[in-house]
Amino acid sequence: MKLKFLIPLAMFAVLVGFLAVGLNRDPHEVPSPLVNKAAPAFNVAQLAAADKNFSPADLQGQVWMLNVWASWCVACRVEHPVLLEFGKSHAVPLIGLDYKDQRPDAMKFLATHGNPYDLSAYDNDGRVGIDYGVYGVPETFIIDKHGVIRHKQIGPITPEVLAGTILPLINELKKAS
Amino acid sequence: MIPELGHFALILALCVTAVLGTLPLLGAHQGRREWIVLARPAAQAFFLLVATAFGALAWSFYSNDFSVTYVAEHSNSKLPTMYRLGAVWGGHEGSLLLWMFMLSGWTFAVAQLSRTLDDAMVARVLGVLGLVATSLLLFILLTSNPFGRLLPAAEDGNDLNPLLQDPGLVFHPPMLYMGYVGFSVAFAFAIAALLSGRLDAAWARWSRPWTTTAWIFLTLGIALGSWWAYYTLGWGGWWFWDPVENASFMPWLLGTALLHSLAVTEKRGTFKSWTVLLAIGAFSLSLLGTFLVRSGVLTSVHAFATDPRRGIFILVLLVLVVGSSLTLFAWRAPKVALGGSFALMSRETFLLAGNVLLVVACGSVLLGTLYPLFIDALNLGKISVGPPYFNAVFVPVMAPALFLMAVAPIARWKHADAKEMAQRLWIAGAVSVIAAFAIPLLMGGVTLLTALGFLLAFWVGGSMVLQIVRRFKAGVPPLSFWAMQLGHLGIAVFVIGITMVGGFQEEKDVRMEPGDTVLVGGHQFKFNGARQVMGPNYEASRGEFEVSKNGSVQQMLYPEKRKYFSSEMPMTNAAISPGITRDVYVSMGEPLEGKAWAVRVYFKPFVDWIWAGALLMALGGVCAVSDRRYRLRVKAAEAARITALQGATS
Amino acid sequence: MKRLLVLLLAVLACGLAAAKEATPLAEDPVVEQRLIEISQDMRCLVCQNESLAGSRADLAQDLRRELRELIRAGKSDAEIKEFMVSRYGDFVLYKPPVKPTTWLLWAGPFVLMIGGIIALVVYLRRRGKVVEGGEAALSDEDRNRVQALLQESEQ
Repeated sequence: MKLKFLIPLAMFAVLVGFLAVGLNRDPHEVPSPLVNKAAPAFNVAQLAAADKNFSPADLQGQVWMLNVWASWCVACRVEHPVLLEFGKSHAVPLIGLDYKDQRPDAMKFLATHGNPYDLSAYDNDGRVGIDYGVYGVPETFIIDKHGVIRHKQIGPITPEVLAGTILPLINELKKAS
Repeated sequence: MIPELGHFALILALCVTAVLGTLPLLGAHQGRREWIVLARPAAQAFFLLVATAFGALAWSFYSNDFSVTYVAEHSNSKLPTMYRLGAVWGGHEGSLLLWMFMLSGWTFAVAQLSRTLDDAMVARVLGVLGLVATSLLLFILLTSNPFGRLLPAAEDGNDLNPLLQDPGLVFHPPMLYMGYVGFSVAFAFAIAALLSGRLDAAWARWSRPWTTTAWIFLTLGIALGSWWAYYTLGWGGWWFWDPVENASFMPWLLGTALLHSLAVTEKRGTFKSWTVLLAIGAFSLSLLGTFLVRSGVLTSVHAFATDPRRGIFILVLLVLVVGSSLTLFAWRAPKVALGGSFALMSRETFLLAGNVLLVVACGSVLLGTLYPLFIDALNLGKISVGPPYFNAVFVPVMAPALFLMAVAPIARWKHADAKEMAQRLWIAGAVSVIAAFAIPLLMGGVTLLTALGFLLAFWVGGSMVLQIVRRFKAGVPPLSFWAMQLGHLGIAVFVIGITMVGGFQEEKDVRMEPGDTVLVGGHQFKFNGARQVMGPNYEASRGEFEVSKNGSVQQMLYPEKRKYFSSEMPMTNAAISPGITRDVYVSMGEPLEGKAWAVRVYFKPFVDWIWAGALLMALGGVCAVSDRRYRLRVKAAEAARITALQGATS
Repeated sequence: MKRLLVLLLAVLACGLAAAKEATPLAEDPVVEQRLIEISQDMRCLVCQNESLAGSRADLAQDLRRELRELIRAGKSDAEIKEFMVSRYGDFVLYKPPVKPTTWLLWAGPFVLMIGGIIALVVYLRRRGKVVEGGEAALSDEDRNRVQALLQESEQ
């Protein structure tokens, strides 16, 4: 008889447990369903050279990184020095996806802040971004030799994330066949 | 100077509540008179100190003191005076101080209005309120102090979020908080009853008016929020099942269950433990709501700026307050004696069934609101639970409750006669079935939901009419009878409103050039162009629309698209022509090329019945509280009569 | 004078000719209607908590543009949902899909309701026995008095 009076307390304890865990989570972060799936195909003009195109198929057989950026994106400026540093190492091809931007603004951004990218693709209307499930800028994708997305970084790449998550993953993917 | 005074007042208030939360409770436990009598004066001091602090913050806003960080963040010298007051509770720190002010007010009211209750019980109730106040004051002083200084002072403030610059939004938080905080009184009575071991009809009688008053405010607060959303946000919606909306709705559902349960405990001496549990639950949900809005755990359009440190503090507060009350409940409730018996078919059973349904509804809303968090915490992915879920789940759960609403008042206490009830109600049944098909057909077409809505609304309304007719045969009914009828009528009116709007509203999204017309819901709208106007802290494009029906012009509407100087976001101010049977609603979209505008025009039949229903419910609550039994003057008169009688017979 | 009148009439005529029935904003109202219905049940990913139908955010406008094209291309509701879910996950749907992780969510309220009613009936039956066992038996006269008093108190 007495046990049933403890039910409310027990239910409350379970609730509190979840709330406590929830405090450490970010309800805005949307994990990508594209991880471990083939990187969506696209074929768009390059930023610097409008007559040339870029497609993920060009990099089949290599491990590479796709970084979504824009000249109007404030957080990208935070990430930019990290990318520049990383770009110098030439560990993997670093391809930029200039998202919902204007060519002149984008070129000016790269001229002012430096260009870490091997090249940037120009996604003016955001269609490529939608195919990749982009919902904010910056976002970064690590793609393996078979063209499969292996990791999506939401938000700017910090030195910690670079050293702790991205570099180890890249090394591992490079070793794989 | 004044902000520091306010800050100091809060610190003193903390000392007072620390005393209030300990000594009177111990005194009542040990029978120590000198500690018991501390309760009332401590409550009074508590109120005066918090009122001072609140006044200090209000003054800082009124006098545009931008050396106070909170004022600089939420106000502006161009902000109209009314909104400067509203800005006091426009952000996290100020809204918490408002909470505190309300809590001190309710505590003061209990201290003043409980002269006829025995001192030990008063000491316990005030003591519990003191404990709650102490924990919240600690929270405010340690993490959310509104009196922090900004040095050097800002030239001018950031301005209040334009969405909040509206009379409806000025009153919405105070109303809601009066409700949330008011349930702390019911909670305090429940805890006091558990502590003292005295859980009887008298306790319920004491608790009822406080609970009803809190419920009235919560009803009005939620209705106000819904109405505000309707006329401000520009697309005519009135409820989104947003986590923060749900956070206010859940205490309301439990509070409604509590109201009914208290009535039974007072009249029949039954449902005692259940009533206590509901009282604890309603207040716990108020606290949970406070946590959800300020901790960053859920995404919501309402969320205040979040700080994980605050989230942890509130969670600890929640654990302490709710955890200890539920532990006390588990310990003391089994000892409570069972009340009188009643048959399976009786008014008690129907009321209890209604209670169960309300609790299930509340549980469903809680489940849906927190489910994304559960799934994420278990690393099972990320999902969204939105209006489609809540609508799908809420209707089937509440429909039986609506059915019972017509049946329970007809049922006898202790032992009801099903045949007698059927005899009394068949007319209502017939009317509701006819209405279920006739009205939708008249309006345009029958669907399952529209038929169900009218069926239930007329079932409840029909039962009400039958009850009134029968009751008048025995003379004019007392206020408590009208309280019940108005409350239930309010629900019926509300259901008609949502059924009409949900089933038969019309909307058109059109491109209009000056001179163009559009036909929506039998009304013709003519656009006469837009011109620029200036407001105190904004500039706007104001459109002019002629609304006519059957050729004659009914009125002019002036929707605006405002650009506040302080914000990048343009604000849409829809123009509404309200009416008993319909609202017409025009909202400016974007300017197009030339003089053309994108315009949205709505026809919303009976939409105002939604909030009229809420008003009727609140009015029912007012009748309940005004019933003769609670009026102190009558008590005094009766007491005098009894004394006179005693004098005469001795 | 006559020329003035003619001029006036001409101006009036132009005015009347220009004023017309407003055109729907959308190119195709049927497509638009379907778009609203589908996007109302989807989440705007960059907003705090708004539907894809109502949000003014850039991404929301882009996504509505994509959905419009899919509708025009004749895709079914299920295909359109799949388009969004394959890119953004279940998070984008306001109506949670029914899968093992959401069984508790969808079944919960009904399980609670049925469970609550059963618990209520069981409790009432048990309670009836407990209480009745303790009550002293009433005489018929007393029972009638009790009924009369109760009837009074109901009114």
